[in-house]
Amino acid sequence: MTPLAGYLLVAALIFAIGLAGALTRRNAILVLIGIELMLNSANLNLIAFWRYGPHPELLTGMMFAVFSIAVAAAEAAVGLGLVISIYRHTRTTDLDEMNRMKG
Amino acid sequence: MNPVFWILAVLTVIGALAAVTLKNTVHCALAVTVAFAGLALFYLQLDAQFAGFAQILIYIGAVAILVVFAILLTRGSETPRTGLFSRSWFAGMTIAAAVFAVLGWAVIQSAHVLPHESAAPAVDVNQIGNALLNRYVLPLEIIALLLTAALIGAVIVAMHEKGESK
Repeated sequence: MTPLAGYLLVAALIFAIGLAGALTRRNAILVLIGIELMLNSANLNLIAFWRYGPHPELLTGMMFAVFSIAVAAAEAAVGLGLVISIYRHTRTTDLDEMNRMKG
Repeated sequence: MNPVFWILAVLTVIGALAAVTLKNTVHCALAVTVAFAGLALFYLQLDAQFAGFAQILIYIGAVAILVVFAILLTRGSETPRTGLFSRSWFAGMTIAAAVFAVLGWAVIQSAHVLPHESAAPAVDVNQIGNALLNRYVLPLEIIALLLTAALIGAVIVAMHEKGESK
């Protein structure tokens, strides 16, 4: 097995774990944690392809990963702000109990 | 495959698994921090030092703290009476297993065409700064705008409204 295939398999496993967490947990904050894990596994793929692909001196994959980290940080801030806002209205973070858009 | 890769893979996967299965939400936040640290070490091992340290600063320094704050502000650490997993947990697990099967099959099928060991790229901060301000200056400006908008948006969304508070 080439090193790149190993990194891709680890990234696929972390993506599947994050997807399982996002789809099965009840707590909205843990769903966000699952989404963050999925974003991180995509970054691992980008950096592994940058390292083993042609022309690593152009820095393409690493820059993509750095920008993706910045977007993920903005997403986490807005997502957790939404969770806190919903909690203030409904007193719960249980996603199965959030079944209407109107507060 | 060197032993460092296997140690990091086991650490990261155990951290990620613990983050989505543990009962106490605060423990989940700590476990996801372990997974983020494992991924940062992966980046360092892949000679992407800048991305690795950015991951440590942003994920372990900011996102993990933000998650802990959100958990403590919403009393999310209490275990719900109705159980940890949603009613449709079986469908979710099936979808996740199917996604992993397809991704793993694709990687293993194409393993022989993937590039092999190559020389470590020599990247210094000088090069990264030049790239950010020449080739990637437009994405940099857009990300600055996005971060400003997200900052203002997060404050407005989470702001306490006096008129309709309970």
